[in-house]
Amino acid sequence: MRIAFPFSAIVGQDEMKRAILLTAVDPTIGGVLILGHRGTAKSTAVRALPALLPAMASVKGCRYGCDPSANGRKCAECLARERAGEALRSEKRPVPVVDLPLGATEDRVVGALDLERALARGEKAYEPGLLARAHRGYLYVDEINLLEDHLVDLLLDVAATGENVVEREGISVRHPARFVLVGSGNPEEGDLRPQLLDRFGLSVEVTTTTDIAQRVEVVRRRDAFDRDPEGFVAAWADADAVARRRVERARKKLETIAVPDEVLHQAARLCAAVGTDGIRGELALLRGARALAAYEGARAVGLEHLRTIAASALRHRLRRDPLDDVGSTVRVDRAVREVLGA
Amino acid sequence: MPTPALTLAGPDASQRAALAAALLAVDPPALGGAVLRALRPDRVTSWLDALRALLPPQSPMNRVPTGIPDDRLLGGLDLAMTLATGRPVAERGLLVRSDGGVLVLPSAERVESRLVGRLVAALDARHVPARIAGGTDAPTTFALVAIDEGEPDETPVSSALVDRLAFTLDLSGSDATLPFARSDVATARALLPGVTASEAQLLAFVQVAEALGVASLRAVTFAVRAARAAAALDGRTVLQEEDIALAATLVLGPRATRHPAPPDESDAAPPPSEETEAAESDGPTLEDSRGMEDRVIAAVAAMLPVRLESAAERTRRRSGAAGRAGSDRAGGQRGRQVGTRRGDPRAGGRLDLLETLRAAAPWQRLRASSSSRARVQVRADDFRLRHLVEPAGTTAIFVVDASGSAAVQRLGEAKGAVELLLADAYSRRDEVGLVAFRGTGADVLLPPTRAIAAAKRALAALPGGGGTPLAHAIDKARELVQQARRGGNDTVVVFLTDARANIARDGSPGRPQAEADAMASARALRALGGTTLFIDTAPRPSTQAQGVAAALGARYVALPRSDARGIHAAVRSALPERA
Repeated sequence: MRIAFPFSAIVGQDEMKRAILLTAVDPTIGGVLILGHRGTAKSTAVRALPALLPAMASVKGCRYGCDPSANGRKCAECLARERAGEALRSEKRPVPVVDLPLGATEDRVVGALDLERALARGEKAYEPGLLARAHRGYLYVDEINLLEDHLVDLLLDVAATGENVVEREGISVRHPARFVLVGSGNPEEGDLRPQLLDRFGLSVEVTTTTDIAQRVEVVRRRDAFDRDPEGFVAAWADADAVARRRVERARKKLETIAVPDEVLHQAARLCAAVGTDGIRGELALLRGARALAAYEGARAVGLEHLRTIAASALRHRLRRDPLDDVGSTVRVDRAVREVLGA
Repeated sequence: MPTPALTLAGPDASQRAALAAALLAVDPPALGGAVLRALRPDRVTSWLDALRALLPPQSPMNRVPTGIPDDRLLGGLDLAMTLATGRPVAERGLLVRSDGGVLVLPSAERVESRLVGRLVAALDARHVPARIAGGTDAPTTFALVAIDEGEPDETPVSSALVDRLAFTLDLSGSDATLPFARSDVATARALLPGVTASEAQLLAFVQVAEALGVASLRAVTFAVRAARAAAALDGRTVLQEEDIALAATLVLGPRATRHPAPPDESDAAPPPSEETEAAESDGPTLEDSRGMEDRVIAAVAAMLPVRLESAAERTRRRSGAAGRAGSDRAGGQRGRQVGTRRGDPRAGGRLDLLETLRAAAPWQRLRASSSSRARVQVRADDFRLRHLVEPAGTTAIFVVDASGSAAVQRLGEAKGAVELLLADAYSRRDEVGLVAFRGTGADVLLPPTRAIAAAKRALAALPGGGGTPLAHAIDKARELVQQARRGGNDTVVVFLTDARANIARDGSPGRPQAEADAMASARALRALGGTTLFIDTAPRPSTQAQGVAAALGARYVALPRSDARGIHAAVRSALPERA
């Protein structure tokens, strides 16, 4: 397997890095959409993610990596083992970061008939797919705007229910599949369906930096990594470890972060000002701000957290006139200034 | 031993191409590969032969056959062995078999996006994920050589691929030979890890990219890697100016979106503030790099074509190619299953295992007497393939008359109607293309794309005035229809014109010839079938427009009876209903 470029060594792209880190703090934020041109470290950031994620406790031997403490939300196999009186043991596993390649077959995504058992024993058995592998972790779709519509439908369905239901080839299986969906793409090459846009908790726009010093730094680090990947990763291991511990601390604190009424009120005003449909915008705004407060070590969510997260949480939810050229970011920033002051 | 061939012998394209082959041989995975533009296949063959001669012996060099099924590309189940042994036996795919070598992709401009996706994923991840139960990820590093056999103005190779390949080479010149042998490349490979670039040199790369308008940092990284390979090939571990010039010419030159400002001018009035700030803060090394950088920029500028595509143009031209969700409907390999049919999975279909086993079941007792140990005996006759159908997409092509005869106000209404239709297309996920004609010819303002905002921008920027080259416009529309059909889409062509053709197909003025040409073009477009709508923008309905509409086999709508909303409604009713 190829060695991943360290997360901490990515130059700039602060909004993208922040959004990804916040989903590590609170996966219920619900996914990150990264839009921008090619060669802006989108994929690099996602592939660097495993090094930042603390290992998770899973039921030993479970094919879906069920959470031992999740009562009643385990897969059928774990539930059957519990019913049979087995005490489920737990083990540490790395958080999965799974790639969903464009053009993946539906079989590969949702799972399919287990060929080995079908051929050797004539049994119908289920072979889990990418959705099962991504459970409790990340599912990454590069060029998500080019993903085939039938796969998009499938992802929407699973993302909405947190469960993958397979009814095909005589197999009838359901298993939990809750994951953070990370999509990236270049909007100039195709639009995303509005239904899919809305599923993302946060969205970020990345651009290639034009600052010469930053550009040199990017090239220098890439060159150093090319020449000696192991050495480069080792040199950045401490920085990644610091970020990982910070994520871990923030996760523990998340439940204790207070959300003052004033913040709730302003979040609602902000959503009303930009005219988002439904309640998803407010939820993403509050969860994002709370995760940010936890990550920054604050005790309560403040207006500055709202301000920081507003563009990421709202820009993809504006009721969209496909022919309107005014950038969504501009519209959100304007609303932030109106509601929260400059 | 310093090799004179490494310094650029002049702006000769074939010499550059040969040098690129040598650099690619030194560091294939880091450079990704090359796009070869060639209209003559023998040039490609000799370039590939030259590359093969430099790579270590027995390095694989495989061609990707068009329409290769996934199990052949990525690996899959070896059906014969699997059936013989009764347990799944994996077969290595083409990507894995090309590990350490070169993968050649012919007709790269026509490759479907599914295949592009696979190749890109393998280039990025450097492994192919397990495809069958219990399989393991297989590592593979290969260089991809994509051959662009299209005409210059045809749909280009997908930018997802081009971006990941360091070189774009033009092989139209004569063959060039290089004084390198396999042993030189082997020596260079050993030297390569020790080749370093100084701070000032890295800055030079970034500034040269800036001067040429190359935004992608991936391109700059490729240039650094190419320069390091060049130094290693020359037996050095320190980068020199000629390595940088060579790498910039090979990697950044083809990606340039603007001509660099002449050095004298920039000395007189140093424009970009970043550069001057950086130069001030870092002192004398940068002064040196300034001179080097100017010489490198001059070297690259010498080979740039007179007219460069701006970044926006490039994106627009490529958006058609990359904006496709996929197009292999004909193979019936994707979509919704509507049943099974008997067939051979080797031919590219997808095996329906359960139906296959079901078909085999009644014969088990009879077959059990044979010597095989497998518990289930399956014969080729039992194979059942999934029969899949994918709903076809629609490509709407708007052909808008912007000539002087189509009055300015009419053009405004036409634009209004097209905008409403675009909004429709957006919600229907249709692709939209735009052809505009005026003066002496027609232009594809926007190749079919789903990026609707781009279509609107293209439309807004459309000026009016000039002659009416109707024949040329119909021909352009026909090309787009053919392209869309190749992708398996249905097409709707919407003409907005008064049909007062006065420019012949060859661009010369003269009404009779122009009208005859237009009628001939119209009949040719009609022969392709598909839905066509003709919106007459003349102040009052003309027999001429009705004639062209009839030749097109189009539904005729006269604008005087309708405004933008009226046209919109007419087109909507002509569009096929979507399931």
